[in-house]
Amino acid sequence: MSCTEVWWSEMEHIRMPKVENVRLVDRSSSRRTQVGTLYLTATHTIFVGKGSEDRSELWVLHSLVCDVLKHKASQNGYPLIIHCKNFQVIQFIIPQESDWHNVYISLSRLSRPEKYEELYCFSFNPNVDKAEREHSWDFLDLKAEYSRMGLPNKLWHVTAINREYRVCDTYPADLFVPKSVTLPVIIGSSKFRSRGRFPTLSYYCKENHATICRSSQPLSGFSARCLEDEQMLQAIMKSNPGSRFMYVVDTRPKLNAMANRAAGKGYENEDNYCNIKFQFIGIENIHVMRNSQQKLIEVSALRSPSMGEFLMGLENSDWLRHIKSIMEAGIFISKAVAEEGVSVLVHCSDGWDRTAQVCSVASVLLDPYYRTLKGLMVLIEKDWVSFGHKFSHRCGHLDGEAKEVSPVIDQFLECVWQLMEQFPCYFEYNEKFLISIHNHVYSCHYGNFICNSQKERKDLCIKEKTHSIWPHLWENKLDFMNPLFKPDQSQNQGLLRPRTAPYCFKYWRRLYNRFDRELHPRQSELDCLMTVKEETQQLEEALALYEQKLAVLDKERAKTLYMQKGVLESKQALWSSPLDTSLANTPQDYIGGFIGGAPNVFTLQQGERESAELCLFGDKPKSSDADNSDQESGVADFSSHSSGEESLPSEDSVKDPDSDETGPNRA
Amino acid sequence: MEFAELIKTPRVDGVVLHRPFMPTVEGTLCLTGHHLILSSRQDNTEELWLLHANIDSIEKRFVGSLGTIIVKCKDLRVIQLDIPGMEECLNIASSIEALSTLDSVSLMYPFFYRPLFEVIEDGWQLFVPEEAFKDLESMVLFYPWNETTLFGLPKEDEEDNIALWSAESAFTVDEAVMMRAAQPLTGTNGRRCKEDEKLINATLCAGKRGYIIDTRTIAVAQQAKTRGGGFEQEANYPQWRRIHKAIERSNVLQDSLIKLVEACNDQSHSMDRWLSKLEASNWQSKVKEILTTACLAAQCIDREGASVLVHGTEGTDSTLQVTSLAQIILDPACRTIRGFEVLIEREWLQAGHPFQQRCAQSAYSNGKPRSEAPVFLLFLDCVWQILRQFPCSFQFNENLLIMFFEHAYASQFGTFLGNCVAERVKLQLSQKTVSLWSWVNRPQELERFLNPLYEPNNLVIWPSVAPQSLLLWEGVFLRWNRSTKCLDEACQEMVHIIEYNKELQNKVNSLRRQLAQLETEDSPLQTP
Repeated sequence: MSCTEVWWSEMEHIRMPKVENVRLVDRSSSRRTQVGTLYLTATHTIFVGKGSEDRSELWVLHSLVCDVLKHKASQNGYPLIIHCKNFQVIQFIIPQESDWHNVYISLSRLSRPEKYEELYCFSFNPNVDKAEREHSWDFLDLKAEYSRMGLPNKLWHVTAINREYRVCDTYPADLFVPKSVTLPVIIGSSKFRSRGRFPTLSYYCKENHATICRSSQPLSGFSARCLEDEQMLQAIMKSNPGSRFMYVVDTRPKLNAMANRAAGKGYENEDNYCNIKFQFIGIENIHVMRNSQQKLIEVSALRSPSMGEFLMGLENSDWLRHIKSIMEAGIFISKAVAEEGVSVLVHCSDGWDRTAQVCSVASVLLDPYYRTLKGLMVLIEKDWVSFGHKFSHRCGHLDGEAKEVSPVIDQFLECVWQLMEQFPCYFEYNEKFLISIHNHVYSCHYGNFICNSQKERKDLCIKEKTHSIWPHLWENKLDFMNPLFKPDQSQNQGLLRPRTAPYCFKYWRRLYNRFDRELHPRQSELDCLMTVKEETQQLEEALALYEQKLAVLDKERAKTLYMQKGVLESKQALWSSPLDTSLANTPQDYIGGFIGGAPNVFTLQQGERESAELCLFGDKPKSSDADNSDQESGVADFSSHSSGEESLPSEDSVKDPDSDETGPNRA
Repeated sequence: MEFAELIKTPRVDGVVLHRPFMPTVEGTLCLTGHHLILSSRQDNTEELWLLHANIDSIEKRFVGSLGTIIVKCKDLRVIQLDIPGMEECLNIASSIEALSTLDSVSLMYPFFYRPLFEVIEDGWQLFVPEEAFKDLESMVLFYPWNETTLFGLPKEDEEDNIALWSAESAFTVDEAVMMRAAQPLTGTNGRRCKEDEKLINATLCAGKRGYIIDTRTIAVAQQAKTRGGGFEQEANYPQWRRIHKAIERSNVLQDSLIKLVEACNDQSHSMDRWLSKLEASNWQSKVKEILTTACLAAQCIDREGASVLVHGTEGTDSTLQVTSLAQIILDPACRTIRGFEVLIEREWLQAGHPFQQRCAQSAYSNGKPRSEAPVFLLFLDCVWQILRQFPCSFQFNENLLIMFFEHAYASQFGTFLGNCVAERVKLQLSQKTVSLWSWVNRPQELERFLNPLYEPNNLVIWPSVAPQSLLLWEGVFLRWNRSTKCLDEACQEMVHIIEYNKELQNKVNSLRRQLAQLETEDSPLQTP
């Protein structure tokens, strides 16, 4: 089926391509609304405001929609709530019941694609030619990454055993194993591991030859053994000549691991394996994590909660406790490798969720390279994409088993963010980079995070049919740079030793309240410093040029310089006002809507109705007319792509209609 | 000198000092009348000088003959001293206890402190109200009048009446005024006071309106009537509308601070415990309440053009939090160092916040609290929250706020001694002690408090008061529980980035001038 056919078939799901007089409700104050037209296309829901001054637009990718809900109808109309996977919540009020129902049915279907071909990445068609697209997939090269680590070397080499994905269909084709292991050992070991995911190398520390290896759980049951598997571990241990033992880290809670024994799976018996030290690290499973994040999202979306409600909700979600346990696992492994020089084998059950988290957190702690833009991309490509993290299942790209969905990669990105909070100078990227990656893991805009394994991607010809996200992020790297990054120091820094006291873990407001603009600092230190740095660079160039001029004293060239002067002058005061004035100058809802004429700024909170005296100036109508909105209170704010802070170039949710990133729906 | 009597053992050798995130120091412990000093007598190690007044409480422990004293300070630091010899340890402990709980104000360190720096600008002379209003001072004990007050008051009022009923002080923005007062003494039978009504009503021109923000809930305000207090009946103040907000009374705050600090020092490493203790301490809720009320007051003035009168019970605690924060929101001048000092001087010191009572004990006090309450600390926390949300709009940084916190609780300067202006005059602080402002305003000191990102911003700044936006003030509450190495690096880098930028700008400008000059010399006929 060609893309066009898919597109047409999707068009069939659209019962209602256009609805007029829809109201978009501002989340920060339900009385602030904007009237406009709602369009449903094959790929996006688009709202175009009827504002007199600027026609603000809201674009929401269907693939980012998590669920669509109908709320109870009121006299104002029929509310439709859209929850997105990037934590945006959108509320429309539709005037007619029939339209309401049709939009609901259409969106419910469009946001739950049944086939890969329906995903946006297959129709997304930026203006680049075939060669360029193919080239985008060569941007990251894992072979180069292994050679950066110092591999292959005299102890480790690539095995060709999985070239056809016959030994393990969820592993990549190229895998590093100790040179000393023979093919029968690998095959034997793979048969003794869940899904055939035999122990293989994830990270190699060139300084002391210690490695992080990963696998799935052994099929040990209560007493089963496998000679080849034991030989495999022995070989890994011996490939680190400096150490006399290795750690085997089972990232599951002990109880879960023991329960697995009854199903013929389980964990390594220290008696059977020579020189291993076995360790449980209790990270909970995907179901616990999914429920935890659901609770966290509910807390983050509370409307004007009390401090108590918020903190209790945060505690009850258990989210930060889980982040802490993942971080602690990463710390354990990074210390074993860097400080003890001991190799570590990490596994959980299948070795594609907790194992991926823990290996990649440990790598960020160990190696400054992963704290650079390119390095983080490589790390995600290696530990997550190539090693078969089940993106399609975990992110719910297709309509399917809800129980398979889990925010496993969210937790990894959050661990990196928590580290950035503790080590503000050691990361080349800023949090916008993490948020952007998060967005695209879910957006299905690019092909990178489609499918559940390398093999599936190959079968689906992802590289031939879609584009890669990484060059796109790289092109926009100026937006993702941390101005405080000090590269020299970071190189010497080596191992990061984060603190793990509970208060070191914070609520990630920028991610979970990403679209609640009024909750973020009104002036951004980051933006301010980035502007200064940018200006500094221009000054450096100008300085060099001026010095050159002065030295030569060339009259003609001095004249051209004179023209450039104006440009510089205009930039002088640029960094001084990163203030988002429209917001900064807008008071929030500090009490109910009691003050006469500003209905749009205030909403009456419960508990504020304690006294009739609250209703000031009874002669004034306590207006509840939601239409009576003024510009200043931020209705126009929906078009937030005009503000520097929000307009990540890689964003699709708030999209400039003139952007080149348009799909066939624009046709 | 009576200090000598209190010091049973002035000196002990071989004492080991443990501080979190710092190497242990072994040395000699000395007790003086006002300080606990530990010195290793080596050139390169830092000496510990601790004001007795900074000590909140101590604990003793013994293992064999080795005694340990845990010293808990009002600035929330906890240090441990290992003292060989049981007797020495007991003596030191009892001496510290006696010296840190001296009752007499005149024995406090500020009366003995002689500055090692030259006082260029005497802080005591800096913010003195105009000479012309001196007479008023004797009459209105807690409310010295300054020019803004009178500016905001209508002329036809007789000043005597003001003091009798409730006292007001005002801050003006354009035509709207912000005033503060204590509660009116209406009592249960609804007593009225013509003068008070006249004064308050006369503040508003015809057609103007005003809001009375009572920082107490309606229930609490009703209760106050039984003790002779109460609130304004709207019928008697026709242009005014009353709003009740729930800011906790000061006595509840102390408990909240104790719980918060206890949570921060919890060693259990359990996430659930931390979050539930943080929640139970209620501190962050109080930050939210106060900021919300301050924003409301500011909003009435800025958005409604209405005047505001703020009061609670006495008008010396929650009232001041609200009025001073509202001014920071509204008035860019209050966001400069000098302006912030003026604000503290006018809205806290001269307004009669009882610093000495409120800051007598901090989070580690064991005894039953009398009138201690971290009202001022809570205000500073709120300022910090706004600073975090508007990192480019303040001339000062977090360090200035932390410094004020420290000096409010224990200081070599006399500024925060006493409970009101009258007491301070009686203590002759301006003659006998050095002002904090004399020290802070020296260029060498100021540097530490400057915010490199500052760019004057003349707008009203509206902070977010959502729980997601309010943070724990780590700089105070986790100050001693964390290593600041990485954060310091970040600060330095920030300063470096901005200084380098300015340096380049200067260079480019001067080169450009040079070039332009050469150009005009070379081609005098060319039009610029």
